[in-house]
Amino acid sequence: MASEQQPMTIIKPRQGLLPRETRQQLMRLLRYGLGGLVIVAIVWTLLNTGAISTWYGQWGVVLRQALVTGVLVGSVFGLVAMGLTLIFGVLHIINFAHGALLTVGMYITFTLFESFNVDPYLSVFVTIPALFILGIIIQRLIIHPARNAPGHNQLLLTLGLALFIENALLVGFTATPRFIRLSYARDEFSLGPITLDFPLRVFGTTVTLEKLAAFIFALLLTGVLYFILQRTDLGKAIRATAQDKEGAALVGIDIDRISMITFGIGTACVGAAAALVLPFLQVDPVAGNAFNITAFVIVVLGGMGNVLGALIGGLIIGLTQELWVVLPVVLPFPFPSSTKLLSVFIVFVLVLFFRPQGILGKK
Amino acid sequence: MMERLRQIPRDFRYLIALGVVLAIVPLLLNQFLLSVAIQTVYWAFLGTSWNIMGGYAGQFSFGHAAFYGIGAYTSTVLLVDYGISPWLGMLVGAAFAALFGLIIGYLSFQFGLKGHFFALATFAFAEMLRLVSTELEIVNTSVGIHIPPVGGDSWSKMQFENTPEYYFYVIALFLIVGLFITIIITRSKIGYYFQAIREDEEAAAALGVDTLRYKIYAVMISAAMAAIGGSFFIQFFLFVDPSLAFGVAISIGVLLRPIVGGVGTIWGPLVGALLLSPLAEFTRSFVRTPPSFLSFIEGRAGVDVMIFGVILIVIIIFAPEGVAGIAPRLWRRYQTGRDVDEKSKETVAA
Repeated sequence: MASEQQPMTIIKPRQGLLPRETRQQLMRLLRYGLGGLVIVAIVWTLLNTGAISTWYGQWGVVLRQALVTGVLVGSVFGLVAMGLTLIFGVLHIINFAHGALLTVGMYITFTLFESFNVDPYLSVFVTIPALFILGIIIQRLIIHPARNAPGHNQLLLTLGLALFIENALLVGFTATPRFIRLSYARDEFSLGPITLDFPLRVFGTTVTLEKLAAFIFALLLTGVLYFILQRTDLGKAIRATAQDKEGAALVGIDIDRISMITFGIGTACVGAAAALVLPFLQVDPVAGNAFNITAFVIVVLGGMGNVLGALIGGLIIGLTQELWVVLPVVLPFPFPSSTKLLSVFIVFVLVLFFRPQGILGKK
Repeated sequence: MMERLRQIPRDFRYLIALGVVLAIVPLLLNQFLLSVAIQTVYWAFLGTSWNIMGGYAGQFSFGHAAFYGIGAYTSTVLLVDYGISPWLGMLVGAAFAALFGLIIGYLSFQFGLKGHFFALATFAFAEMLRLVSTELEIVNTSVGIHIPPVGGDSWSKMQFENTPEYYFYVIALFLIVGLFITIIITRSKIGYYFQAIREDEEAAAALGVDTLRYKIYAVMISAAMAAIGGSFFIQFFLFVDPSLAFGVAISIGVLLRPIVGGVGTIWGPLVGALLLSPLAEFTRSFVRTPPSFLSFIEGRAGVDVMIFGVILIVIIIFAPEGVAGIAPRLWRRYQTGRDVDEKSKETVAA
């Protein structure tokens, strides 16, 4: 019979393990990785020739230590920058209060430790929601009313906010640097058959418990954030808003709500980072500024709005900073010593000039 | 006389009036108010310099401290190490700053930086200069340079310990010249090119404007003026170090005035400075000696900047186009409101 209906076959689009753009980014990463391997191979051959191998024998440990520290610290930079890049991607504002909010998180961690003896790694359960709520309040109160104003206004609003927060902290906590130290930082831990004796010794380098923990937690949180963005409805709405605001609004996404939540998630990232860095840093009212500047650089390096790029950018900046500091020592020719921050700006300007779309971005 | 005056274009008439006011003002002020007035005029001058590049040509600078600091350090080093008068040092500093502006402008624009990216690049350049100057021997690293006081008034050394009014007249003259340059720019071809670039760069280029060249001109003019402001302030303050010269506070302070007053308007920077600078000075002195019921904030470092931050946020939320942008709108609303009143009266009468 004519009315006999064929069951319609629904052709499901082939859903890979990862979305297409992520796959492309990973492929690009792989290509860079291969290039890196070639360079490593060349360096390796060079190392086996006389003069250089003597040099490496002398300074290898210093270099390896810089590499290890760079990667460990870089992951936290990545976490901070992820918050910033997320906010930029959706709200298109450069948030100058990001560093000041990090400082707020650090003082929360400090206070919890001092007054209630809360372990800093447990205080993330306070700092993340606290900064999330603070972010939402800030967005509602300050950013949202100016959403249709010229672009530089939002920048100035966040600047005014940063001034306010920094000086409020100055009034509340004075300029005295505060720090916390973990009682178990030099203990032995046995995980089944393996015993970890902190600080760990790996290939002649030292890995402290504080930095290793920061690294692991930062990667973990990055993974969680990435999962939220890629797999949940909320994440999809955030990505849709970042890609095309009007389109997202047309399919029924509440842009105002998404902007608010994104700002909250962005500041929650620094809440997490604050708790992770305090055990090996100290906090004063302007402690977040250095992070703020590095985070800007990382955001541009990774491509504005690109979360995966932020992590990779963070690692690159971490490595750059640490290597920059040891260069005057290890190089066989004179090299002016200067602060870590200068290397960050040099990388920044080079990236702005040659790859303003970021390392993972398409031309 | 009045007939002659009326033939002068309006902005120039305002400028003459401003000159007269500025000439009288110091005679009416005490020591404290005079220092507030000097700060105000000085920030208005810096804001005017920023306005040419950020306001008229639309190239948002977030690193004006780079130019300011070059001027500050050039005149100071020339004076302290070589005994060269700051008046000459100022011009050398302006030339260096313009050259620096040429270099970074050329690089940035050649690589197609605009908007956020250009702002961040200027920020990076200022910060790089700050970090390098903390290591540089010629500027005495992070220790900074003291300008030895001559102990009295000296026009050649630009120091007026006995009659600080002269500081006011010097910076007032600079402001008048700066505003004069701005007015000239707005009335000439170069100003129309600037504004064409700001409104739509591609269209301007399509109509034959050499956008690269004119953007660089804007940066250079702005840079030279900012450098002169830097030289002046260090002569007034008699001390310079990397964060005073290249600090973020300078970059922010410079752009706040025109943005609060009105970006890309002749009088915006002045209006912004008249609003913000006294505000900053008065909150500072208020915190130093608060009324008795607020005595707990006395001398607490940071309270004044907190208040400043809040007021800044409030101004930007409620006057997004600057005070110069909102004032005419309020005026119009007031007038239309009156018209409506008149009309309703008429209908009632009918």
